[in-house]
Amino acid sequence: MNLVNLIRLAWRALHRNKLRAFLTMLGIIIGVASVITMMSIGEGSKQSIQTSISSMGSNMITIMPSSNTPGVQMAGSNIHSLTLADVKALKKDANYITTISPLASSNGQVIKGALNWSTTIQGASPEYLEIRKLSLKDGIVFSENDVRSSAKVCLLGQTVVDNLFAKGEDPIGKIIRFKKIPLQVIGILVSKGQSNFGQDQDDIIIAPYTTVMKRILATTYIQDIYASATSEAETDKATDEIKTILRETHKIRADQDDDFTIRTMAELIKMLSSTTGMMTTLLTAVAGISLVIGGIGIMNIMYVSVTERTREIGLRMSIGARGVDILMQFLIEAILISITGGVIGVVLGVSSSLIVASVLNWPTVISESSIILSFIVCAFTGVFFGYYPAQKASLLDPIEALRYE
Amino acid sequence: MDTKILDIYDLKREFKMGTETVRALKGITFDVSTGEFLTIMGSSGSGKTTMLNILGCLDKPTDGIYKLDGVDITTLSKDELARFRNTKIGFVFQAYNLLPRTSALENVELPLLYNNTIGAKERRERALHALESVKLADRMDHTPNQLSGGQQQRVAIARALVNEPVMILADEATGNLDTRTSYEIMSLMQELNQKDGKTIVFVTHEPDIAAFSSRTITLRDGRLQRDTINSNPRSAREALATFPETDDY
Ligand SMILES: Nc1ncnc2c1ncn2[C@@H]1O[C@H](COP(=O)(O)OP(=O)(O)OP(=O)(O)O)[C@@H](O)[C@H]1O
Ligand SMILES: [Mg+2]
Repeated sequence: MNLVNLIRLAWRALHRNKLRAFLTMLGIIIGVASVITMMSIGEGSKQSIQTSISSMGSNMITIMPSSNTPGVQMAGSNIHSLTLADVKALKKDANYITTISPLASSNGQVIKGALNWSTTIQGASPEYLEIRKLSLKDGIVFSENDVRSSAKVCLLGQTVVDNLFAKGEDPIGKIIRFKKIPLQVIGILVSKGQSNFGQDQDDIIIAPYTTVMKRILATTYIQDIYASATSEAETDKATDEIKTILRETHKIRADQDDDFTIRTMAELIKMLSSTTGMMTTLLTAVAGISLVIGGIGIMNIMYVSVTERTREIGLRMSIGARGVDILMQFLIEAILISITGGVIGVVLGVSSSLIVASVLNWPTVISESSIILSFIVCAFTGVFFGYYPAQKASLLDPIEALRYE
Repeated sequence: MDTKILDIYDLKREFKMGTETVRALKGITFDVSTGEFLTIMGSSGSGKTTMLNILGCLDKPTDGIYKLDGVDITTLSKDELARFRNTKIGFVFQAYNLLPRTSALENVELPLLYNNTIGAKERRERALHALESVKLADRMDHTPNQLSGGQQQRVAIARALVNEPVMILADEATGNLDTRTSYEIMSLMQELNQKDGKTIVFVTHEPDIAAFSSRTITLRDGRLQRDTINSNPRSAREALATFPETDDY
């Protein structure tokens, strides 16, 4: 029998038992739909994480102080191992770093007239904005001169502006007070919204690091050093270089641990992508299980179908059907069930990812590869689980099959 | 044209049932010429169905020679046997064996679907023609459950005819039918035999059915008991005329 007739035959057999065919497909439908939905959510969040990381500067390096005294663990802010001398040394000797900025920050209350707000002030150099990929929507950045003179100027994040200034009021040129120190607002940062970790990235004040260190903190230590590697790919080289330079300036012996920690965005990206990788593996496992269950459902119903139609098989054989004709008849029926289930599953999966995107506002990305993969897996499931029942049918003895009650 | 269509020599068929062996056919020899209308008779269990299954290439003999249309069947593979069934043989069963919920026309088309040399158009034409020859062309869209037993058997005969076989095999094809309808079927068989020259092998229990054929073989306990030529077969059409008219036919 030719393929067209075989497909027509299989289609009609399914048509006759619509409900049964649908129930058989259900496993496949649910499996495929959930895989496509979850993959689109996974892919969507992966892409949104990636864009937000690159908006934070994918070549960013953070150096933090840490304890190298065995047995004594202290919170990072209590360790004073980083100084401006380190920044100077790195600026002079490091080749894989383009820009660098110290960071001294302090939490406290900021007051403007009758309004006040609890926030963080970050003392940094003008390059800090470039490293963090921050930009101004209004005003100007403080200058090297301001740094040298510990000028009482600052830049405000949008959240701080919203909490200290009335709507329509222009903050530029106004004086605010942070821990009683008056600071003149000279610029406003472009809003970056929430970070992936739920932090409000607009709830900051940025001032020259000298201002924060001398006037607010009264310290000679800094908390962090921010730097940009020449590129994301060269982050590792930059890290090694920083390590060598800092160990030298800190006079750390070869058998001693570092008294600082280096964190890179590249590291974070690696970590996040391994998380997404794990999620993909997990999803694949779920998909595999649901398709196996769906496949077993198909196998089961095909066995029932073969038994039910034993006489029909006997008749077909007696009028000239070969074993392979019978095999193909049932195999194609099984494949048709699984592929129809797959199509319905894809439609359902795509529409539910669209619903997730529009109702829950989650970023979803429907990848063609997930759809194509689902189809291939469905067809394979049909062949794999349909083969044994079909083979059983094809091996029936025509005389016995005709006599079957 | 006295060509032998069936040539059977010392045919044996044994069934192994665990340790026991059932000898259904114990060495049968006969031959059939083209255009004969043969009936096979015999009591229950005498081996008629076993014989017919072998003649129809559904089963192979344990021993002996069976030549159909000059070809030694025992040497053929399973697929070759299927091909033989498809092109040389038309089966008619006691239980009709039509596909349920499938129209008469499609039931008749079925054997041609397994013959890839025949296209859709020719298939339909030949099926219609076969239905016409059993006088059911007007019922081609009816499904089996919309047809009487006699009509279903006529659809089954059309299905047996559609591939233009060299012979028609019938196993108690009138076994489920009343006398009048049986006579109608026999009339059809006689017509196919006399007009179209089809060779027919017809298994039956009933002597009055056998009377319509030109030759009767009687089996007994797996052996050929009698082989009689009926030089003056009864006409089923005339026999039908003795029945009161009904409007079923
Ligand atoms: N598949 C089989 N396995 C075992 N024994 C079988 C098988 N088929 C037939 N037989 C035996 O072979 C013998 C002949 O059976 P067969 O069906 O040919 O008889 P029959 O003449 O057609 O009888 P009936 O008129 O009742 O249909 C019987 O004894 C039967 O039990
Ligand atoms: Mg029998």
